[in-house]
Amino acid sequence: MSTSKHGSLLTLDARTKKRNAAEKRFRAYGLGAIGIAVAALTMLLVSIIANGASSFRQTYISFPVTISAEEIEAAESALLKTGAYNKIIQTGLLAYLSERDLLQDTPEADAFGMISGEAGSTFRKFILANPQAAGTTFQLDLLANGRIDGYYKGRVTAETAVLDKNVTPLQLELADRLAADGALVKQFNFDFFTNPDASDQRPEAAGLGVAILGSLYMMAVVLCLALPIGVAASIYLEEFAKKNWITDIIEVNIANLAAVPSIVYGILGLAIFINFAEFNQSSPLVGGLVLTLMTLPTIIISTRASLKSIPPSIRDAALGVGASKMQSVFHHVLPLAAPGILTGTIIGLAQALGETAPLLLIGMVAFVKEYPAAYSDTAGLFGEAATALPVQVFNWTQRSDPAFVERASGAIITLLIFLLMMNALAIFLRKKFERRW
Amino acid sequence: MTDYKISAKGVQVYYGDNHAIKDVDVQIEDKTVTAFIGPSGCGKSTFLRTLNRMNDTIDICRVEGDIRIDGEDIYDPAVDPVQLRAKVGMVFQKPNPFPKSIYDNVAYGPKIHGLARNKSDLDEIVEKSLRKAALWNEAKDRLDAPGTGLSGGQQQRLCIARAIATAPEVLLMDEPCSALDPIATAQVEELIDELRQSYSVVIVTHSMQQAARVSQKTAFFHLGNLVEYGETDKIFTNPEDPRTESYISGRIG
Repeated sequence: MSTSKHGSLLTLDARTKKRNAAEKRFRAYGLGAIGIAVAALTMLLVSIIANGASSFRQTYISFPVTISAEEIEAAESALLKTGAYNKIIQTGLLAYLSERDLLQDTPEADAFGMISGEAGSTFRKFILANPQAAGTTFQLDLLANGRIDGYYKGRVTAETAVLDKNVTPLQLELADRLAADGALVKQFNFDFFTNPDASDQRPEAAGLGVAILGSLYMMAVVLCLALPIGVAASIYLEEFAKKNWITDIIEVNIANLAAVPSIVYGILGLAIFINFAEFNQSSPLVGGLVLTLMTLPTIIISTRASLKSIPPSIRDAALGVGASKMQSVFHHVLPLAAPGILTGTIIGLAQALGETAPLLLIGMVAFVKEYPAAYSDTAGLFGEAATALPVQVFNWTQRSDPAFVERASGAIITLLIFLLMMNALAIFLRKKFERRW
Repeated sequence: MTDYKISAKGVQVYYGDNHAIKDVDVQIEDKTVTAFIGPSGCGKSTFLRTLNRMNDTIDICRVEGDIRIDGEDIYDPAVDPVQLRAKVGMVFQKPNPFPKSIYDNVAYGPKIHGLARNKSDLDEIVEKSLRKAALWNEAKDRLDAPGTGLSGGQQQRLCIARAIATAPEVLLMDEPCSALDPIATAQVEELIDELRQSYSVVIVTHSMQQAARVSQKTAFFHLGNLVEYGETDKIFTNPEDPRTESYISGRIG
């Protein structure tokens, strides 16, 4: 029997009940917030993967083609070379269809229309790369037209084909017969990662080759410039600079720069690097320089934070045995801060990799069909026009053919995989090199 | 006059507007252990750090007065603090080994000062320093193990080995035992007594028993003033100043 002034410990008093209820409510809010975040992430992933996963598989038409050395010579001397190669493809296709009796009542032109407009140039590249193929018969895998591809991905049906001037129901029936014959197959789409962009009429041939290359070049520029400049600036500000109002102003401004909208950097890059310094438009060099400006504050802030986190006792210890300021920083503080610096740099790079707006302003949204060289005599280092992954996404989403929606989602998945890999690397490096004391 | 290793006259230290050390005069002898005692915030650590110019790293700190080691003014503009700190080693309150191997911890100082011509020279210095710091027997089989993996007392002895590896002439110790248990403290105190053979040792301590045990001279600081300085026996048995007496008998502090 409890008679103390606190009452029994076995029954909760009103105040305790209230406190417990508040705690329970707070936990519920937290769970709710996490639930919403997880749901949003799931929705994002599901919608992107549902739209884009199919872009990694592509419909190809596969049939035997014969080409003689004379035909090659004639095609190479023709005015429209790919047109001449197209003729040879069409002859091959027609021979195959009549041999297997697949054509039936489909007009020949419809049959030819099932092959991608890109096929002529694909074939030509193949012949030029394999001249020993002349005079032989060989199996050729050619991209099917975007609508035929769409038929196997559910975008095109017999009903929509009636209204679509780019595809006829007869073509779809022929496609079914080809598929039954094993000549029409879906394969993993390597071309998606290596092909350059293609025109509005040829979504099936559009790839990320130029965009991936452009993004890689820009990352190289950003890494080579932003890391040394950012780390040097941080070390100076954190370890050497006197703490006074000038360094205070610099610190505040670096923090502000990190929050400047990225499109502002695009305008800056346009004015300084293209109009003033006259670097090439659309070049990864300019893109990289703009992204460097954008990434520097991120790198400086994270580097300073990791330098700050090194205990002062380590600096004292180094100074105490007679190390100079610079020796104490480079022998002891910097190696200990390295994991943090690396993590910050990789996060900054990942941010730069996904950046679109500033690149639009410096012309990286152009249609680029040629792979940019890392160095050329006329354009210099990273001076040839290129696009970037996020810009390619932006570009494709503006096109009317629904096949490009699939491409854009596929490009987003690719971009996300790159970002995930970079973040995984950052986590790995942090875990591996992190020290405790 | 020349018997004194360190001679300080009229030393004033300011942290911004705060006058932390007020007009301190002290003469420290060679091959002697000198203890600085006094309540927290009395300036004893600050004064210790003026002796190897560790206060230079604090922007707002300003030192005035005359501090001479072997007759040379260590605040002369011609003096490079790096050279000074090779001559005046320091051991800190909290054991602070570098997060490197035991060997590298000791070898770092000799390396940056160019004290070893080759690897075997360096090995010798490392062994000698670890022996002097009474750590050799415990550490000889694990020289490649990280210094931070040692126990607290071992870490502090490693820091002492690191400090003496640069062959200093003066060793400053800022409460070297405050983070150690009584057994490790006893080991370090024994070590300090041995180090007296070769160095002038200046130790800041909060423990009056420790000051009485290890030192020959004791200086009592209070509120930035050097209240009394003399033979340890005399300070603890027959202090001249009433403040010293109150402090050692536990009435203030």
